[in-house]
Parts: sequence; structure tokens; C-alpha cells
Amino acid sequence: MGAAPSAVGTSGTVSQSGRVHSLQELRRSASLATKVFVQRDYSDGTTCQFQTKFPPELESRIERQLFEETVKTLNGFYAEAEKIGGSSYLEGCLACATAYFIFLCMETHYEKVLKKISKYIQDQNEKIYAPRGLLLTDPLERGMRVIEISIYEDRCSSGSSSSGSSSSSSGGGGGAGGR
Amino acid sequence: MSVMVARKKVVRKWEKLPGRNTFCCDGRIMMARQKGIFYLTLFLILGTCALFFAFECRYLAVQLSPAIPVFAAVLFLFAMATLLRTSFSDPGVIPRALPDEAAFIEMEIEATNGTVPQGQRPPPRIKNFQINNQIVKLKYCYTCKIFRPPRASHCSICDNCVERFDHHCPWVGNCVGKRNYRYFYLFILSLSLLTIYIFTFNIVYVALKSLKIGFLNTLKETPGTVLEVLICFFTLWSVVGLTGFHTFLVALNQTTNEDIKGSWTGKNRVQNPYSHGNIVKNCCEVLCGPLPPSVLDRRGILQQEESTAQEGPCPRGPGTQEPPAMQGPRQAEESSMKQQDGSIPLPSAVPAPSLSDTEMPEEKQRTPGEVPVPSPDAGRAEH
Repeated sequence: MGAAPSAVGTSGTVSQSGRVHSLQELRRSASLATKVFVQRDYSDGTTCQFQTKFPPELESRIERQLFEETVKTLNGFYAEAEKIGGSSYLEGCLACATAYFIFLCMETHYEKVLKKISKYIQDQNEKIYAPRGLLLTDPLERGMRVIEISIYEDRCSSGSSSSGSSSSSSGGGGGAGGR
Repeated sequence: MSVMVARKKVVRKWEKLPGRNTFCCDGRIMMARQKGIFYLTLFLILGTCALFFAFECRYLAVQLSPAIPVFAAVLFLFAMATLLRTSFSDPGVIPRALPDEAAFIEMEIEATNGTVPQGQRPPPRIKNFQINNQIVKLKYCYTCKIFRPPRASHCSICDNCVERFDHHCPWVGNCVGKRNYRYFYLFILSLSLLTIYIFTFNIVYVALKSLKIGFLNTLKETPGTVLEVLICFFTLWSVVGLTGFHTFLVALNQTTNEDIKGSWTGKNRVQNPYSHGNIVKNCCEVLCGPLPPSVLDRRGILQQEESTAQEGPCPRGPGTQEPPAMQGPRQAEESSMKQQDGSIPLPSAVPAPSLSDTEMPEEKQRTPGEVPVPSPDAGRAEH
């Protein structure tokens, strides 16, 4: 049940030169090299926006444009969730009128958008990031502080590439590369 | 082929959350540690209203109008609902940085400041940001190991960073922050109205009845009236005043914390960049704006340390507590189904070892609450 070999076959295989991955394989065969954290951008106030500055650690792993597009789309989603306008006022007033009991049965607009974001991130991971050995973490799981991007190395291509250059020796999981 | 423990206890994330909060109902309710004054608040409200409904209302409903107890009941229910919402909900706590993130930030700071020799206190860590053409400084929180977002502050009583921190209110037994400020405001507003209502109708009752049987006899018949009037009198002065103060803050889109520290007042200070300049707009945003959900995920299931140790090369067993760490309850069902399909596990699953409780206590030694934020104590004094 859920045995690894049968699961692998579904989407992509690991080539020996080691650049094509699927999400399952990332977990099983790759080791975590380092993590990059994209911080919040507060230039627009306290609304949830992330910096679109391209982290240098990702230079060799992903095209700048793809990354920026992901962050911009996420920023758009968050802006939509926090939009102050007619519908949000209506929701707020209605909730107030019911002494907020309505929240026991209804989902807020914000929560709906967060679900959309979660799906989008999963989608991006499958299509764009996992094949490049990267993994996005939903900011919701990091308290909306950062977008965490995990960079993986193949165990077969033993730690040759960016793990050496990364100054962030924190490198989580410790098993970084085959030792 | 793992030697599994026969019974697995479900550990939810709230059990391992740092900070000095108490949780009830398996993580659904979140409060501060000291709840004594909150119980007093409850007792005063319930007691006074019980007396009012039992004695005065019976007379007034017959003599004047049955609408009187109805309105009182509506106000009472609204006040209780908002009080419980304020007390039991997450005020907007910012979870502490996980070790990887903290290390990343430390390195960034060292890169900018250079390393400090041992024994010397590092300079306060500040980042400057420009918001709406004003420069706003972000402070680094040594306890939570994050740069606090603007308007956030660290509550020393609950030991958490709270977004849009207003103050710590012992009367509701919780911090007042971004997520529960509107409930707090509506609570003090409805409590003011309720107090005024009960006070007025007590006077009316005494007046009406005194005409029939005399003042002293009235008091002898319903001694509770005296008590109610006394309680209402003192409550009026404090709560109505507080409501007025918070109405002022809401109109200007300020927090109590900012007001006390004088962040936006004075000649050489920045103007409040969060105010829309329009009272109505400010009120609408603060009271009716979108409400972000809690990021704490108190009821998520935490993966047990023992089970991971025994996993070995064959991780997945069917129907066990194998869902990846850091999962929300909403996602739990979906992901367990997906696991069985053999398809995509959740992205968050992978960096599992980050929740290292062992690291936290060591780091706590180093940081005896850096610069104590004066706000909670001052806020408390105000009450």
C-alpha cells in the first residue's frame, strides 16, 4: 500500500543526470540542501505582500521570470483576500448583525481565497518547481511571514551544485548530500 | 516494516505551542494564563442582568411595556457573544520562526552588521521600510526571532508577538489584536449601552414604585436594585469612557499601543500612515474589514517523534497517523486520501524536522525578553 516503486511510475522518472523530478521522488530520493526565505514586502502597509526580488540561490535552478510570476500571482491573491470594498463591508455588517454566529456555518471570503492559494501553490509545485528540484511552502504554514522555498539535491549527483555556494549553512535536514 | 506502538495518542499542535496561553476544548479556545479577572467580568455581567430580569423587568414589563426586557435580552446576548468571541479567539498571534528561518535571518543581520564580539550586547536590530512615503522601522523580536511586521508588538504577559497589537486586557482575559479588536470594541460598546439601559430602567423602576409604596419600601422589597445601581454607576464611568477612547482610536485608525507610545504624535514624528484620512473609511476598515483567519492552526495534528524514528525505509502504512507534519485539519482528510492513491503528498510535508523543541529552550535562556514593551503594563494600568 503506497509502496514507493509503484508510485514513482506515475509522473516522470529520475534520470541519472538527475534534473527531472516529481514530487514523490523529491521526498524519497532527494535530500534537502538548503532553504530560501522570501520575506514580506511592507511598502504598501500591513497588507500581505511578498518581495519579488529574485533570491540569488535560485539563480541556477529556475528562470527569474517564472519565479516572479509566481510571487506576483500570490500577491494578487492576497490583495484580493484583503480587499476593502462593498462585498467585504457587507460580509462584516452581516456578521455583526448576527453577533458573529454566522461564522459558525459560513466561510469568510478570506478563507475561500486562502484555499485558492493553497491549490495554486500545489499546482505550481507539480508543474514548475518540483521538476527543478524545488518546493514551495504555503506561507500560511509559516504564519504568513515568508514564502519558504526548499532546494533539493539528488543523492546521486552528490552535492556538487549550489549547496556549496549557499552561505546559509543552516541547511535544515543535515543529511545534505551523500556523505 | 516498522515496529509500531500499539496505540497512538493524537497530539495536536496547540499542545506544543510556545507562549503563555491556555487552551481549552482541545485547542478551540485560546486565552491568557490569568483568567481571574475575566471570571469577575462574567460574574458581574451575568449577576447584574439576572437581578434585572428577575426583579425590575417583571414590574416594568407589566407597567410600561414588554419590549423592555426584550431589548435588554438582545443587548445582553450581544454583549455576551462579543465578550466570548474576544476572550476565546486568537488575537492575531504571529507564530515563532522555525530554526531554519531564524538562522537565515540571523545570517542576513550578521551580513549587514558584522559579528559582535562575545559578551557584548548586540545592537538593536532594526530594519527600515517605507510605507506610503513614511519611514517605518521594523524591530527584531529576540523571543520570536522574527522582524515584527509594522504595528505588531510582543505581549510580555502572553509571550507572543501579536499583529496590530492593541493592549492586553485582563478583563477579557486575552490580548486584543488584529483579529479580535472589532469584537472587543463591539463588546465595550454593547456593554456601555446595556449598562446605561439597566441604570436608566432601575431609576425608572424606583421612581414608579416609590410613587405607589414609598422610596424606602421599594428598596426593602427589591434590595437588588441598590446593588445594580451601584455596579452600573461604577461601570458607566469606566466602560463608557473606554468606549469613547476606542471610538477615537478607531476613527483615527490607531492602536492603544501606538497612542501610549506616542508613535504618531509630536512634531518630529511620522504621521500615521495607516489612516485613510477619512473617519468613515477608518471605521469601516477597522470594524467591517476582511478578517484574516488564525495562522496558528491549533487543532492541526502533530506527527509523533517516536513514529518517525521507527519509520526506516518503508514509511507508509495504511490508515495510521502518518499524515505529514504541519497539516491542518481541513487538509488532513484530503491528504490521507491522496497518500493512499500514491499521488502528490503535500508540499509542506518535506521539511519535517524543523519543529525542534529541543532547540527552543536553549535559545530562551539567551533572551530575557529584550526590550520589555511598555504597552501591556501601561495598557493594564489604564484598566
